[in-house]
Amino acid sequence: MATGEGKTYKVPIGPVHVGLKEPITAWLDVDGERVVNATIRPGAIHRGIEYMARERNPIQVIYLAERICGICSFAHITAFVRAVEDAAKIPVPLRAQYIRTILLELERLHSHILWAGVACYTIGFDAAFHLGMQLREQIMDVLEIMTGNRVNYGVGTVGGVRRDITPAVASAIHAMANFYRIHFRTFVDAVFEDPVVKARMRGVGVLSAEDAVRCCALGPTARGSGLRLDLRHSAPYEAYGDIVVKPVVPQDIFGEVHGDVFDRFAVRALEVYQSLDIIEKAMEGLPEGDLMWEPKLPKLLAYLKQAEGEGFAALEAPRGDDTHVVRLVKGDENVTSWKVRAPTYSNAVSWPLMFRQQELADVPLIINSIDPCISCMERVLTTDRSDGSSRVLEGKHLSDLCRAKSRAWGVASDLPRTGTARRMGA
Amino acid sequence: MSVALFLFKIVAGVILIKLSVLLALGYEGVDRIISARMQNRVGPPLYQPFYDVLKLLGKETIVPRRALGWAFEGAPWLAATAAALVILYVPMGSLPPVLGGEGDLILVLYLFALSAVAMVVGGFASGSPYANIGAQREMTLMMSYETPLAMVACTLAWAALHRGLPGAPFSLETHMATSLWSVLGGMGLCGMGLLLLALLAVVPAEVGKVPMDIPEAKTEILEGLISEYSGRNLALLKITFAVRTLAMCAVLTSLFFPWSLGDAMALPPYLAYPVDFVWFWVKVLLVQTVGVTLVRTALGRYKIWQASQFYWVQAAGIALAGMLLITLDVGL
Repeated sequence: MATGEGKTYKVPIGPVHVGLKEPITAWLDVDGERVVNATIRPGAIHRGIEYMARERNPIQVIYLAERICGICSFAHITAFVRAVEDAAKIPVPLRAQYIRTILLELERLHSHILWAGVACYTIGFDAAFHLGMQLREQIMDVLEIMTGNRVNYGVGTVGGVRRDITPAVASAIHAMANFYRIHFRTFVDAVFEDPVVKARMRGVGVLSAEDAVRCCALGPTARGSGLRLDLRHSAPYEAYGDIVVKPVVPQDIFGEVHGDVFDRFAVRALEVYQSLDIIEKAMEGLPEGDLMWEPKLPKLLAYLKQAEGEGFAALEAPRGDDTHVVRLVKGDENVTSWKVRAPTYSNAVSWPLMFRQQELADVPLIINSIDPCISCMERVLTTDRSDGSSRVLEGKHLSDLCRAKSRAWGVASDLPRTGTARRMGA
Repeated sequence: MSVALFLFKIVAGVILIKLSVLLALGYEGVDRIISARMQNRVGPPLYQPFYDVLKLLGKETIVPRRALGWAFEGAPWLAATAAALVILYVPMGSLPPVLGGEGDLILVLYLFALSAVAMVVGGFASGSPYANIGAQREMTLMMSYETPLAMVACTLAWAALHRGLPGAPFSLETHMATSLWSVLGGMGLCGMGLLLLALLAVVPAEVGKVPMDIPEAKTEILEGLISEYSGRNLALLKITFAVRTLAMCAVLTSLFFPWSLGDAMALPPYLAYPVDFVWFWVKVLLVQTVGVTLVRTALGRYKIWQASQFYWVQAAGIALAGMLLITLDVGL
């Protein structure tokens, strides 16, 4: 480990790497084992989903939105249908809101447990990884009983949900909640009390609260730095208005904030219990009523075709705020424009800060610590360079770039109208 | 040495090396199954390591364009040979080692080091940054674990010399014939326990398993040292890892658990030899299960400086304490 000689060499982590589940490249300048500088290069999995959406009606886009990400698929479609409901002024029955909440929390459970397992795998703790994967099977079973699918459930629709919580499903959910209250503790204890885990996660990939604010960190990444940021708490949607959600932050768990990978792990682990509480409360308060605002699909489509307006929705996905913006134009069957900002898009900005002066061995763990969803993030191709502290991409820089691009296209003063998509694509 | 003995040694050596490779792969299969059961999985079939090696032998052997060809291709052979040679120095039960007269514990440790150094050379010759990092880590790790290892070996030999064990103090045969446990007092036994602990701590690094698989960390540097190897070369390296595991456990067994079943049951010699032979490998399997399988399942991977610190401070400290206790016991 020759350090301090100023001689560095470049090591790429990714785009295809055992420790990463999705393609992202971190070009590291390494001096011995120390990371001097890091350049993040996304762009390996950009699929142009938003462009595809312009040739589909809102109901078709639901199934497209579901495939943005395999883990937080329901978060994406809920954000999308909420944006459409916002644009078209569609009220959602109360029972549907509760079922959405329950599904969102089930999804958070499975996302967090999966993440915890993968984090252990990244540091070579395979026993905990397998334990995590086995625990996750319970939740997958419940999702399958409830929706018929394990990953992309296909149960969301504009103005409601398409599957009810039957007594069989309800008992499966209760059984699952009891199971986790007993068995998830084993996993958490195995990890928290392991000397290697503590040695590998404490003090690694630190993101201070100030930096988290500056880099617009979201979700568990921000909460791990001690910020009480949770949309379920600050801007309740669906049934969260009736259920009090208190953001989980490390200062409440350990009494102090380190902002490191261990804190992020702890936040996610405790959020599993929080989600169980929310699910149980939502099951208790589940009101009777309709599942959908308009069950007849042709009628709904006809209404959406006549709708005019812009809709916005943001919700707390397992990884942070998932924001969708939709524009519907009267007379146009298709979604005129659709913008997705997945949480990883914000969280990825903090990566270069977390890498600085860390060791090469920590890099995959740090990348995983924000629970990146690269296929969620890559709605827009961007390059994030950081040679020194001054060139980290910030919100202002991004909006400047956006404006400059719009002016070059000559559409700054006039929003795209029907058919613009095809002209722009040509 | 007579020609007949020389020929006999060659034949015995060839047979033994082949047997040990089969045994090593078989034990790896057992290790994988036990580890899987501990994780509540079914695990691969027992013969999976054999399938892996056979599959790799049928695959194309690629030498990267930027690699230094002869070093890259030669390294796996050297590593495998050095590891296999260790087997010839280990007395198996009541059977004397094939090359017993030609070397001792010091040579065994050098063979282990040679095997590791060969892999380092292969890593540096790969021309890949991952392999380069892996090679650096392997060197750092070697420099760290050699200290406790040398302390254990020297202390045992010193104790054997001063307690007047019949035979050369550094010879494994000496330790196999008379257990040090039986000739030491209370303090010495505590010291032996500590030395055993120190040697067990070295095992994961010596065999490249979690928590010390740092040079081959797949989730960090993509199998590091061996990341560029494929086909026949990778098969050789897989065999090397398996044989090193077997050899390390066999050395540990012959130093610390030499008890003969044949003697205990007072069997006639024609029965005692095969019984002790089998008994020896059963003991090796037990040592492997505790020293490798349990440890690798229960822990995660350390970072290189943490591992280095562990060997220089904790493991060396334990070895030193054991050394002092045994010195006091033998000296008083």
